[in-house]
Amino acid sequence: MDITELTVHELKERLDKCEITSEEITKAYLERIDEKEPDIDAFVTRLDQDAIKRAKEIDLSKKENKKLGEYAGIPIGIKDNMCTKGIKTTCSSRMLENFISPYDGTVVDKVLNQENMINLGKLNMDEFAMGSSTENSYFKKTRNPWDLSRVPGGSSGGSAAAVAANMVPWALGSDTGGSIRQPASLCGVVGLKPTYGLVSRYGLVAFASSLDQIGPITKDVKDSAILLSLIAGHDEKDTTSIDIPKKDYTLDLKNNVKGLRIGVSKEFFGDGINQEVKDALQQAIEKYKELGAIVEDTSLDIAEYALATYYIIACAEASSNLGRFDGIRYGYRTKNYETLKDIFINSRSEGFGAEVKRRIILGTYVLSSGYYDAYYKKAQQVRTLVKNEFAKNLEKYDILLTPTSPITAFRFGEKSENPLEMYLSDICTVSVNVAGLPGISIPCGLDKNGMPIGMQLIGNYFQEGTILNAAYTYEMNTHFRENYKPTFKGGNN
Amino acid sequence: MKVEREELLHIAKLANLKISEDEIDKYLLNLQDILNFANVVNKAPVEGLKETIGTNSNYNVFRKDQVVEFEDQESLLQNAPEEEGHMFKIPKVIN
Repeated sequence: MDITELTVHELKERLDKCEITSEEITKAYLERIDEKEPDIDAFVTRLDQDAIKRAKEIDLSKKENKKLGEYAGIPIGIKDNMCTKGIKTTCSSRMLENFISPYDGTVVDKVLNQENMINLGKLNMDEFAMGSSTENSYFKKTRNPWDLSRVPGGSSGGSAAAVAANMVPWALGSDTGGSIRQPASLCGVVGLKPTYGLVSRYGLVAFASSLDQIGPITKDVKDSAILLSLIAGHDEKDTTSIDIPKKDYTLDLKNNVKGLRIGVSKEFFGDGINQEVKDALQQAIEKYKELGAIVEDTSLDIAEYALATYYIIACAEASSNLGRFDGIRYGYRTKNYETLKDIFINSRSEGFGAEVKRRIILGTYVLSSGYYDAYYKKAQQVRTLVKNEFAKNLEKYDILLTPTSPITAFRFGEKSENPLEMYLSDICTVSVNVAGLPGISIPCGLDKNGMPIGMQLIGNYFQEGTILNAAYTYEMNTHFRENYKPTFKGGNN
Repeated sequence: MKVEREELLHIAKLANLKISEDEIDKYLLNLQDILNFANVVNKAPVEGLKETIGTNSNYNVFRKDQVVEFEDQESLLQNAPEEEGHMFKIPKVIN
């Protein structure tokens, strides 16, 4: 048995029966990382020694019947924009290359300190989560396990690639405009963006505060439901987090969609969507019908407005959030200065990469006097429009079904020269963030190049249970993971 | 709206960023491209719609105004590019 092939719920079963120890699991993963990291480059920071030490401690504590979390001893990978005490949190930026967080973010605290999972390391991403290919990392390019000459998507590209390559059993990502769902789609794994406010953002390095959410990237839907149950919950350190009762999302997994009302918006199946993606989605729709769901065409004509609105709002908020990086208290400081102002300007100009600077400038532009009304204010009105259009549809349907990404994984350099073209690859995912709704991406087939195609299911506010069940039912009746595996083709290694 | 070179430099200054001479044309081109696209918000049917700032109903979330001591000062200061006597050090500001 290859331990790293197992899902977390399968691992837990074996742990509970004492068929396996946390040390054995951790060692298996570290060996797998040794083997695959030269191909994939998913990690910014590896924690091999700490991980083994921690696994031994947890095995011992279990023997002594100490009170540990239900998922104690299970390894996890964490996107490198979540603060981890005593361990570097770089955001894949030169700006934070040597930043060591003095505290754990709330979600990190939950999984590592309360649940006692084992941190295998910090995962690569687009710098400050700005990008859709992970090519914007200051440190390295992460490669897609299905074809090493292609990108894993982004910005949580390290997290998605590591899960797909069995280098971690599951991972945490963050999603501002699709950064969990799009890489999950491109890497053939499951990615969930929760409702805005369901999961605390405390300790998540802020990109666009009104859009950011942390969520799980997993091998299957059940693991997604498990990890969501562990990280959701109110946190007084995040005033936008919502105080609703905690729940176990695995109880929503019924393997039954009879009578479920699914809306399919024709606008999300337009010219910009690759034909093979459309065909795979059409097959998924037929599958849902066969399983007893009621599938209907609907109109949700907001994709283009939402994308424009997204880039205005996200950049505006980023320009403000990233104002804190000034080379004084933490982060990169230039060597080239005389005055305080020199420190600000040169540290920022040298510490941030091109895309981050581009977005700060765009954000500053749309907030500056003369353009505020034409762009920022207008975008906030469009945000209301997007919310309203979703609300109308979600009165009629339990879930909305769309592609996750208009295209499958593209090659390195294909889009990195043209920022707008890169932005267009977020067309199917951003509207969900603009409205604050939950969305999940699950694999639903391969294209002719053998690259995974993702399906996105969007639900109403806090109805994660509904989309998880719909995803689970599809998975149980199609078995993507059993049928297809990443091939690691196309590499130089 | 056409973005002029001077305007870009002004915006960069507001953002405490310096754009080198050889990058200016590329930034101008990218910015123009993105703004042309972003302009679709001005074609959206938003007449009479209010602005959305956040997507959930939280409004004025208060907590008790209590001081909580963060004890691990060392870990805060270890990230400082320059420090002296437990303080962040910067160049002289007043002559």
